[in-house]
Amino acid sequence: MGLSIEENQKLVEEILEAYPKKARKDREKHFQVADEKAIDCSTCAVKSNIKSRPGVMTPRGCAYAGSKGVVWGPIKDMVHISHGPVGCGQYSWGSRRNFANGTLGIDNFTAMQITSDFQETDIVFGGDKKLAVIMREITEMFPLAKGISVQSECPVGLIGDDIEAVSKKMSKELAMPIVPVRCEGFRGVSQSLGHHIANDAIRDFVMGRAELAETGPYDVNIIGDYNIGGDAWASRILLEEMGLRVIAQWSGDGSLNELEVAHKAKLNLIHCHRSMNYMVDHMEKAYGIPWLEYNFFGPTKTYESLRAIAALFDATIQENCEQMIARYKPVMDAVIRKYRPRLENKTVMLMIGGLRSRHTIGAYEDLGMDIVASGYEFAHKDDYEKMLPMLAEGTIVMDDPTAYELEEITKKMNIDLVGSGVKEKYVYHKMGVPFRQMHSWDYSGPYHGFDGFKVFAKDMDMTVNSPIWDLVSRRGTMEPKEAGV
Amino acid sequence: MSRDELNIKDNTSLFKEERYVQQRENKKQFEAPCSEQETAEALAYSKSAEYMEKNFSRQNVVINPHKACQPLGSVMAALGFEKTLPFVHGSQGCNAYFRSHLSRHFKEPTPSVSTSMTEDAAVFGGMNNLIDGLENSVALYKPEMVAICTTCMAEVIGDDLNSFIGNARIKGVISEEYPVAYCNTPSFVGSHITGYDAMIKGILSYLYTRSGIESKPGSGEESGEKLNVMLGFEPYTGNFAELRKILGAFDTKYTILGDHSGNYDSPATGEYEYYYGGTKLADVPQAANALATLSLQKYTLKKTQEYISGTWNQKLAALSTPLGIKGTDTLLATISELTGLPVPAMLTEERGRVVDALMDSHPYLHGKRVALVGDPDLLIGLIGFCLETGMEPVHIICSNGDVDFNEVKFKDEAEALLAASPYGTEATVHVGKDLWHMRSLLLNDKVDLAIGSSHLKFAAKDAEVPLVRVGFPIFDRHHMHRYPIIGYQGTLNLLSLIVNTILQQLDDHNSGFNFELVR
Repeated sequence: MGLSIEENQKLVEEILEAYPKKARKDREKHFQVADEKAIDCSTCAVKSNIKSRPGVMTPRGCAYAGSKGVVWGPIKDMVHISHGPVGCGQYSWGSRRNFANGTLGIDNFTAMQITSDFQETDIVFGGDKKLAVIMREITEMFPLAKGISVQSECPVGLIGDDIEAVSKKMSKELAMPIVPVRCEGFRGVSQSLGHHIANDAIRDFVMGRAELAETGPYDVNIIGDYNIGGDAWASRILLEEMGLRVIAQWSGDGSLNELEVAHKAKLNLIHCHRSMNYMVDHMEKAYGIPWLEYNFFGPTKTYESLRAIAALFDATIQENCEQMIARYKPVMDAVIRKYRPRLENKTVMLMIGGLRSRHTIGAYEDLGMDIVASGYEFAHKDDYEKMLPMLAEGTIVMDDPTAYELEEITKKMNIDLVGSGVKEKYVYHKMGVPFRQMHSWDYSGPYHGFDGFKVFAKDMDMTVNSPIWDLVSRRGTMEPKEAGV
Repeated sequence: MSRDELNIKDNTSLFKEERYVQQRENKKQFEAPCSEQETAEALAYSKSAEYMEKNFSRQNVVINPHKACQPLGSVMAALGFEKTLPFVHGSQGCNAYFRSHLSRHFKEPTPSVSTSMTEDAAVFGGMNNLIDGLENSVALYKPEMVAICTTCMAEVIGDDLNSFIGNARIKGVISEEYPVAYCNTPSFVGSHITGYDAMIKGILSYLYTRSGIESKPGSGEESGEKLNVMLGFEPYTGNFAELRKILGAFDTKYTILGDHSGNYDSPATGEYEYYYGGTKLADVPQAANALATLSLQKYTLKKTQEYISGTWNQKLAALSTPLGIKGTDTLLATISELTGLPVPAMLTEERGRVVDALMDSHPYLHGKRVALVGDPDLLIGLIGFCLETGMEPVHIICSNGDVDFNEVKFKDEAEALLAASPYGTEATVHVGKDLWHMRSLLLNDKVDLAIGSSHLKFAAKDAEVPLVRVGFPIFDRHHMHRYPIIGYQGTLNLLSLIVNTILQQLDDHNSGFNFELVR
């Protein structure tokens, strides 16, 4: 593949030259070219979880997006109020593809936009009184709603509304959990603080509030799976087939009761460590529940993870696990036999949120593809420390990369496949570079588990090998050909 | 092994498999769900007249509104000018949302930057963010103009854009001459259409004022014979092309003020450029000398229109989205009146062809009861189109307020339009209502067809009404925005969409003896 540490270091330096001095100094800290030392010691010099530079096209969102869009929004039997002006709720309406079973608007409120639609008068006089009325109206409109969360938008925090007091009072009046979540968009530097705030609210307002009729030795939770395109279902089926009992699924297709009984589990299995590590840490301290980070992308990582999970249980589970792997392996091998020859040695650049830039590496490798650049939107130091040992020397590691940086790297490294989000997608279409939207699986999925890997492999092949890329009239090939040729 | 042998299923078929059905059932024991009976009762109740009454009596909660916030419109407006970078002053999440939302509709990139304000800016103000942001964005993305709008955060803390931009110049981050237009667009006022208006007015007034030109409308100088045209918050790139075709047929000179069609319909050439097309910056001050200005979204462009007729002292004709035959007739008559040019024969012929098409299809349209959702100007156009084809608008919802134009409110105009036709007698116009209200209306007073954006799909599905996607946003269908819906050609497109949806319904429901070959 020809990854060279020196060459790529030079490449990064060249790219950064376009920035004004101050911004360049900052952006330099967000890059690292993987070398032996960084990989072996998993040390990481990349600066992360600090402010984006103003005026650059950062891929990042905000705390509200982290809380409502990621953590709370998928809890299906609660109504989540986008508290503030109309926009935030409108833009996060149904766009993350968290599948959930239930009847929309009756006992499932995921793909809905419920907002206080702040007007100027609410800014002047405050929105607290209105919020109380909204909560009453919600119980009228949605009699089966099990609870309410208040996802506060920027102005709510700035004008000093007391959503906590309103929630407390109304929780009593309406006899249901009402959870204030202080996830105003200006808090923190990205979605990441929103995840943390959302997790704290789960801890403070719902955790441990219900009991399970009976508990068992195999009770586990799926933590940090948002069921994009049905991911959590494709994961859960494996855990159950192995003999475990999944008592709660957070938060894709999740319900209030699952949040409330999760403390009864014997083990927490966490997929998106970035967004929910706060929860497993807390549950370990408060309830003594151990946790394990797992990775269900691609068969290699899935086998590893399944075995690591089984190792925490008895011989029965371990035996079930091996039998299950034996059952699925021929199918996975067949998938690889078919697709690997079509994808071998293709270079991949990833820039996704806070987990998949690392977790999907194994799945690409199963298909023979080479990750040559990988970065996160809103990761922290530990994410980079975990990512580095998975990379080849010379791979470019980048934090919060700007649109400009991504475009330059793609051009200069001649990337075969870019995996990123919708804001990036159409840029690469213009460039004629194969692209998959890896936040939402490009309206496909699931990608988790064995059922998911089949879809993943098919999608990557479809993308990289589509004949449409050959139709792009790249500059240079547009020159008129001599007559008669 | 073929793909079929690998048994790769998409998420629809995969999760229909028995093992997943079992999983779904099994999971319920931990969900503590409502019983099937409770759910069925609540569903039935939600469809009842009693529920509808409650639904319409709610005062504060807004459920599935059909509007977005101001700065989204400003970003679209900024992209209508050549090499102009939209610049959002406030917290960065807003900008990410505007970029995603617009990209999901057009399936095109949306270049736009933000000042990434966080807690410290909330306390101390966002001046440093703005100054740094100007320095970085101009260096990186090399725009020829920056167009700044605000978010609710910047507005609540009261940031003063004018002085901040001045300070950026004093600090030498940008030169004295470098154009920076701006507008204030708090998200708790108006909607995407008022934000669009604010930015268009911001850009026009800024470029005009700094040019030192004194407007002499129709003066006969360079631009004096030109017509200015504004399309407004326009989700159809195809409408720009259609309008150009019409103006070209008239052989009139014109300037489109705010043309984002280049940015939202750019070619895949192998190279991405940040800026495609747009109104030339130099054309803006010259536009003050134009013959007249034609606005195609009178409610959307309210403040811009006031500015043009006031400060530019220019003749102004303001229409709503010219849909349908009569809507297009009005458009052509207006162009003719403003320019003194006759309606070209080519367009008259085209009109005849589209009227012919309407005749062919009218039996399938006549008497069809229709629900409509959209922005004010689109709705005026759609109501007109429905009435002239014999379709009967029944439920009309406009979430984004009762905008007025020359003291005529949208609701008043819509009601007058409906009252003037025997096909409009059943209609009710609801302003400030949302799509959850529409759900009740559709369930309690059935219609044959719903027309609106993708957001209407949930209510339409619950009511088992086919949806023709028109307006913004259209997320779940491809390329709709590439085809015009204005002008005679657009009327034909709209007709095809509607009549073929109705014919498909016939095929879906008439599967027996009347599953017919010829229609």
